[in-house]
Amino acid sequence: MESIKITELVKKYDKVTAVDGINLTIEEGEIFGLLGPNGAGKTTTLMMLSTLLKPTSGTAIVNGFNVVTHPDEVRASIGMVFQDPSSDTLLTGYENLKLHALMYNLPWKSIDKKIDSVLELVDLQKRKFDVVKKYSGGMRRRLEIARGLLHEPKIFFLDEPTLGLDPQTRQHIWEYIRALAKKIRMTIIVTTHYMEEAEKLCSRIGIVDHGKIVALDSPAYLIRSTGGDIVNIKGKNLNLKEIEKLPFVKGIKNVEGKYLISVENAGKNLQHLLGLAGDVEFVEVRSPDLNDVFLFYTGREMREAGEEVSFMQDAMRTS
Amino acid sequence: MDIRKTLKGLYALWFREFRVFTREKSRVFSSVALPLFWYFIFGSGVGSMTTNVADYQHFIFPGFLAMTIIFTGLFAGAYIVWDKKIDFLKEVLITPLSRTTVFFGKAMGSMTDALIQSYFLLLVGVLFLGVPFTASSIILSMVMLFVFATGLISLGLIIGSFMTSPEGYGLISSFVIYPIFLLSGALYPLDNLPGWMQILTRLDPATYAVDGLRAVILGKSTMAYLPNLMIVLGFDVAMMFVGTWAFKRMKL
Repeated sequence: MESIKITELVKKYDKVTAVDGINLTIEEGEIFGLLGPNGAGKTTTLMMLSTLLKPTSGTAIVNGFNVVTHPDEVRASIGMVFQDPSSDTLLTGYENLKLHALMYNLPWKSIDKKIDSVLELVDLQKRKFDVVKKYSGGMRRRLEIARGLLHEPKIFFLDEPTLGLDPQTRQHIWEYIRALAKKIRMTIIVTTHYMEEAEKLCSRIGIVDHGKIVALDSPAYLIRSTGGDIVNIKGKNLNLKEIEKLPFVKGIKNVEGKYLISVENAGKNLQHLLGLAGDVEFVEVRSPDLNDVFLFYTGREMREAGEEVSFMQDAMRTS
Repeated sequence: MDIRKTLKGLYALWFREFRVFTREKSRVFSSVALPLFWYFIFGSGVGSMTTNVADYQHFIFPGFLAMTIIFTGLFAGAYIVWDKKIDFLKEVLITPLSRTTVFFGKAMGSMTDALIQSYFLLLVGVLFLGVPFTASSIILSMVMLFVFATGLISLGLIIGSFMTSPEGYGLISSFVIYPIFLLSGALYPLDNLPGWMQILTRLDPATYAVDGLRAVILGKSTMAYLPNLMIVLGFDVAMMFVGTWAFKRMKL
């Protein structure tokens, strides 16, 4: 059964089109990753799926309910961990969870038991009665993951659950999510711009750029779709036209003065390629990862694409 | 609509507001201390120009009861802007609770703050300030404060629902707080004002709250208690109507 079905989803602000016609179906029980730089439209998409934003056009069906016509039913089916911390720092962990349980109409008698079980899941029992102000960033995120799970949602959204956390904590958070997916049967949709994390965790990945899904498959397939090995090459007057014609060359991308060439079996074919290339200054051969996938589908590095946007946001804020 | 679900939601939202209120000691302190400062400093200062300082202080006492309500009401609005900023509002809006429930839950939370403060001040007036009180005037004052708080807190929430930055809210709300307070006749009698100002004071809901309080506490007022109460109730209904609408259209 499908958990989520998105058809031609669009969100436009005054001048900017944040989400530009997304089509996507996510099956029940999947761990689905939305991958893309900051400002690609991932968060906007999640906000529409969780009914906090109204789509400009298109439809989104979540757990069988249309987000525009049946928002209350949609909200009852989902749990969400927001990108920015959203717990009340003046309340204790326990109080934050209790508040959540009441708002979701959980039976009074079950509340304390459920709170204990989710706290155990994220390893926070000892801090149960501490005010959230005293929590570290990672603990707070864990509390919010616990909170999102408290009402046992069918679909769990995690928006950049590891953003702004140190590498060790990040790894812990992912371990929690993975353990969770094993324990509880639910659909998990996670957005991230950390490639390695998405690669390890997700059963399928949608690469989002400029509000569009530019590639969609399992991480392994996405990596394979780049064609083989990556030859990163730099030089003067490279004979690209001849290289492109070679039978083992699957594609060429120009990235800031360098060329990324996807090559079948580079170990064997590299010499032939270089012989043809001309005045080569720099060569690197590697197995592709999701970074290369992103590069191949968008022609940009993920990191730079993100910085472009945050620079624009800064400029907008100061003006 | 499921009644139990709604009640539980209201309780949850109220519980949160109340718990936060009790943990922010400075807020509790300032909301009670501020009107008392005014009462003593302003009351004694201006009162010294009149023949009887105590008379003037008693005259403005109802105004300061209303003042605590006005300030807490507008604080309720600041709080929702703050909730937007710390993203707590997202957590509330993503629950299955309806926006109407969220509005009333928030309002109930701030009502509790406003009533604790104004009733405390009332008690101070009865016990220490020598304001003449009877059992019935205390009860009628409490009713009036309750009714007035409902409208003012709704107004605060309405303004808050439209604003996104706490700074912007601070600016806008002072354009609302001060006219409401200063035009209410809290500090001076309204009988001999120039015509244009009379009109403005009559547009101010606080005028009727203050006048109604004066009717029961001092026995001297422009209108009787009941018509004043009715007008403030009318204001409440209008504000709750607009408030639920404003919450439905509120964006993050």
